[in-house]
Amino acid sequence: MRHVLSVLVENEPGVLSRVAGLFSGRGFNIDTLNVGPTLEKGVSLMTISTHGEEQIIEQIIKQLRKVITVIKVVDLSNARAVEREMVLLKVNAADHNRAEILRIADIFRCKVVDVSVDELTLEVTGDQGKIKAIVNLLQRFGIKEFARTGTVAMRRSMQL
Amino acid sequence: MELTGAQILLESLKQEGVKHIFGFPGGAVIDIYDELPRYPIEHFLVRHEQGAVHAADGYARSTGKVGVCLVTSGPGATNTVTGIATAYMDSIPVVIFTGQVPTALIGNDAFQEVDIVGITRPCTKHNYLVKDVKDLARTIKQAFYIASSGRPGPVLVDLPKDVMQARTEFEYPKTISLRSYNPNYTPNRKQVKNAARLISKAERPLIYSGGGVISSHAGEVLTRLARRFSLPVTSTLMGLGAFPGNDPLWLGMLGMHGTYAANMAVNNSDVLISIGARFDDRVTGKVSTFAPRAKIIHIDIAPTSIRKNVNVHIPIVSDCLNALKALEEDLDELSGIDWEEKHSAWVKTVTGWCREHPVKYEPVGKTGRIKPQYVMERIYELTKGEAIIATEVGQNQMWAAQFYKYHHPRTWLSSGGLGTMGYGFPAAIGAQVANPGKLVIDIAGDGSIQMNIQEMATAVCYNLPVKIVILNNSYLGMVRQWQELFYNKNYCATCLDTAPDFVKLAEAYGAEGYLVEKTEDVVPVLTRAFASPKTCIVDIRVEPEENVYPMVPAGASLTEMLLV
Ligand SMILES: Cc1ncc(C[n+]2csc(CCOP(=O)(O)OP(=O)(O)O)c2C)c(N)n1
Ligand SMILES: [Mg+2]
Repeated sequence: MRHVLSVLVENEPGVLSRVAGLFSGRGFNIDTLNVGPTLEKGVSLMTISTHGEEQIIEQIIKQLRKVITVIKVVDLSNARAVEREMVLLKVNAADHNRAEILRIADIFRCKVVDVSVDELTLEVTGDQGKIKAIVNLLQRFGIKEFARTGTVAMRRSMQL
Repeated sequence: MELTGAQILLESLKQEGVKHIFGFPGGAVIDIYDELPRYPIEHFLVRHEQGAVHAADGYARSTGKVGVCLVTSGPGATNTVTGIATAYMDSIPVVIFTGQVPTALIGNDAFQEVDIVGITRPCTKHNYLVKDVKDLARTIKQAFYIASSGRPGPVLVDLPKDVMQARTEFEYPKTISLRSYNPNYTPNRKQVKNAARLISKAERPLIYSGGGVISSHAGEVLTRLARRFSLPVTSTLMGLGAFPGNDPLWLGMLGMHGTYAANMAVNNSDVLISIGARFDDRVTGKVSTFAPRAKIIHIDIAPTSIRKNVNVHIPIVSDCLNALKALEEDLDELSGIDWEEKHSAWVKTVTGWCREHPVKYEPVGKTGRIKPQYVMERIYELTKGEAIIATEVGQNQMWAAQFYKYHHPRTWLSSGGLGTMGYGFPAAIGAQVANPGKLVIDIAGDGSIQMNIQEMATAVCYNLPVKIVILNNSYLGMVRQWQELFYNKNYCATCLDTAPDFVKLAEAYGAEGYLVEKTEDVVPVLTRAFASPKTCIVDIRVEPEENVYPMVPAGASLTEMLLV
């Protein structure tokens, strides 16, 4: 099963390789990995999406907690959480396709962030399902470039 | 007062109570060596950096204190890696200081630069590169704290040359608080109550203890608990010595080369109490058939050990000592149980197994040469189980585990997790430094001893009377045994018939050397060597194709033992 882990870390120089090395050394999967500073100085947040059997996920969480510079690990899959990823995609947009692409962009609430005579660059934000859906729809026009941030996520305030 | 980085390092070591360090100099650490004579710290110059780490490791295992070593950058640092990995796998507290090129050159492929922090990241508990002399004292404090607390382990501190030369005010931090590191020492009392209740319902309980019992100084409590509640005990290789090897409740080691009684007891027990052990594959054999009838209680300080390899019914994350004390209290509260009576049938069964199938060997083999097991039995008798025994790796290690009875914690030093040939001798040197009056013996193989033989110079130089007993079978015996049993006797690359003359080698280093070829000479020569004030090598020519039994083939169930 897919899990999204929120990992709060001390922002020391080696921390990313400590975490990444743990995954590769123990044969765990990383599907996406996002890192950025938090509002607290010296502390960063990593969001890792991974998959595996429950026993493996349990090991991943425990092994992460064992890393000295990891402050806190939360498995957001056990909570109600908001999850988002942002994707930039550059799609072929010849004249006869342009209207259709813009219509799709509109439905998905994408932003057009760059335009040229035969290409459109879209910015789309959403959960995994939405991103998969738009990729499916745009693929027939030809997606020339594709860059994604990796999942970021947060517990919802109301845990119903 | 302002001090240089080198002075701060040595001051800090002093504050940590470090009396002995093992090391080897080089350009990047000259500043430290330049200051060293002014400090009350005795330095032991090894002949290879791997030896320094194993010596620090043997020092730590035999005392419970943190072992310390100091090496230079580049090749000095890379030479420590096997030693560090050995300590890491067995959770031994060691702090390794490595020199590093000046900070301005880091990343430039400078002379003798290596990213040792990157290299050792997966085999240290934690590591540091100190970039500013202002961070030095705090980092050292943290390194010692992390190495020795929680589940212990090696911590490496990389010291750029300019940081050793820079100056700052020195103040050694008194306290330490790490937001991201708070090992849990005390057990969840509800879980302990559940464990006590489960034990009280058991008919065939068994204690399976490991290295954690030794590192948490819990051997005494374990022994008391087992005796009071009449619980038979087996242990891992790492756990030997925690429970006295001559106690009637002792079943011997379990696992691949475990005793018949221990493996059968695991197979038949209904409650398995695992304390400070981690269900390693050499212990469990085929995991799916391990302890098939048992509910498992698992006490360990490392949450990662729990449910990693087997499912357990009652996990207890705690220091072993605290957990055992709590368990003893809770078992006490279950009044009205006559424990001895309750477990008498089971104890009778397991001691019956011990009697019917002790570890044994044919007294005379194919060639009629000395039996290695005989040697171990005689060493046990001669030392009355009071020596510190270090081992190399292979058959020698297994015979040392099987045919010598360990009575005290910290008298058995062996590379369990990594299985490092070449560990035993430098570890014995470290143990001898820490225990000057004690008899320290390295049980060696003819292969393994050659991996760190250069440390003979170290032992002789510091008058360390370590005894090396080579069970010389002219083979990489353990590999040969596998080839014999599972690879049609294809003895490829395991024959060691070109060996040095170990007696001459000992003499060349200024030590004593003895050759033993006849069974009747074993006791007299060992007696002489053990009484000698010098470093000794005793080269004992043993039956070349002797095998270690019992043996559970890799991947088989514990009950599928090959016996003598
Ligand atoms: C550094 C290292 N290299 C290789 C091995 C694999 N290995 C395990 S036991 C063994 C044979 C050891 O031979 P020897 O020291 O003569 O001991 P014996 O088994 O003959 O008692 C070997 C090669 C190892 N454990 N460590
Ligand atoms: Mg050999």
